[in-house]
Amino acid sequence: MIEPSAEEYLQENAPPLTKEQAIANLQSPDLSLRYYAAWWLGKFRVRDRAVVDALIVALEDEADTTEMGGYPLRRNAARALGKLGDTRAVPGLIQCLECSDFYVREAAAQSLAMLGDITAAPALMQLLGGGVAAAVTVPGRPHLTQPYEAVLEALGAIGATEAVSLIEPFLEHPVPRVQCAAARAMYQLTQDTSYGERLVKVLDSSDLKLRRVALGDLGAMGYLPAADAIANAKVENSFKLIALKGLLEHQLQQELDVSSFGEDALRVMNLMDSLL
Amino acid sequence: MTNTQQLIRDVAQADSPAQMVAAVQKLAAAKDEAAIGTLIAVFGYNNPAAAVAAVAGLTQLGEVAVPQLLAQIDDYNYGARAYSIRALAAIADPRALDVLLASAATDFAPSVRRAAAKGLGNLRFSKLDITERQKAQAKALETLMFISRDADWSIRYAAVVGLQALAKIPELQQPIQAKFAEILATDAENAIRARVHLAQRQVLVSS
Repeated sequence: MIEPSAEEYLQENAPPLTKEQAIANLQSPDLSLRYYAAWWLGKFRVRDRAVVDALIVALEDEADTTEMGGYPLRRNAARALGKLGDTRAVPGLIQCLECSDFYVREAAAQSLAMLGDITAAPALMQLLGGGVAAAVTVPGRPHLTQPYEAVLEALGAIGATEAVSLIEPFLEHPVPRVQCAAARAMYQLTQDTSYGERLVKVLDSSDLKLRRVALGDLGAMGYLPAADAIANAKVENSFKLIALKGLLEHQLQQELDVSSFGEDALRVMNLMDSLL
Repeated sequence: MTNTQQLIRDVAQADSPAQMVAAVQKLAAAKDEAAIGTLIAVFGYNNPAAAVAAVAGLTQLGEVAVPQLLAQIDDYNYGARAYSIRALAAIADPRALDVLLASAATDFAPSVRRAAAKGLGNLRFSKLDITERQKAQAKALETLMFISRDADWSIRYAAVVGLQALAKIPELQQPIQAKFAEILATDAENAIRARVHLAQRQVLVSS
């Protein structure tokens, strides 16, 4: 359900920028320069108050629109703000959850997950209104009514325990990727291993893309019991390494410093070595 | 027809992924030099389980497989290329040095670069005479140092694994320890720094 990315095209064909130019370009009469500048500031993680301020303004852009009613600049600004780690962006991103453009809502939910700010919980929970019954495909579009995957993942990432009863029904949503997102969030919010094991089972799915999704979820959860299943999954090594890195980092977080890691972290690193 | 010819024919005629895996496993188990070309060709069949079995078979055959592995590297299929590099890295014959150096430094595919980085640390340099050996070790060290600053964390991780193996060589320990200290001071990724700590522990144990 992710919007087809223009990143590779942009990276190869656009002129190099400086921070000052990129900020200025966010106001350029040339809308494509605005779009590129917002992407560039996130891509290169230009952490600066002036950058964050300019991107927050861009969340309300009215100039750059598509014939389908989309807001390309808002999408890129929302994505960039998640990467810059400044929680001043949270209110603007919460506003974006009500935008008419699905991809703006999706980008905002993903960035709110990255910023990890619990104040976003009520607005995210609103998007689950109507439950699974309302979570259907929009006719003629390649996505559901709301960006459910991103919303469920965000609620799990920010620790919104009050959302558990809203999230749980999505374990039975007809779209497998939404089920995965629900299992991931449920595990993060309850630490109940039965949700982790659901995702381990998905690693046996016949659908390669779904196996990759489950790997990503297990890595994001840092679900250690899955280490061997991850290493043995029928997925490219690059995906397994990213998932195991997630497990490793989760283990390291429990240590005072990274030099004092224990047996579990050692086991994960040995698995990673074997996948090089 | 020899047994190996029959096994090669079975690989060619396998008509399901599972049959292919079984046929490749049998061919690998035969440990016959005549199977080398077929085992390498399996890397290009987009069947990961069969490719892993082929790597294992070629690794068991060892040095005798090296010339064909070097000659048959697939420049147009990075998936196949990664398996060739893994097999060369596992056999660890220093004739693979130049290919591993180039792959680690300049291949566009991270899977190929990681396999080459790991392999560079493990080559059996003792098979070279003393002047060649020192040159080869210096080149391996230089390349691993260079890619330890790569933008891709997984390449840096593989570089640390390669450097740890290379630190078995007493003359290289000092620059490698200095590089490890630098990574610990500068790398933003906890996973990379933890791997360096592990490398330091293991280098100390083995020296």
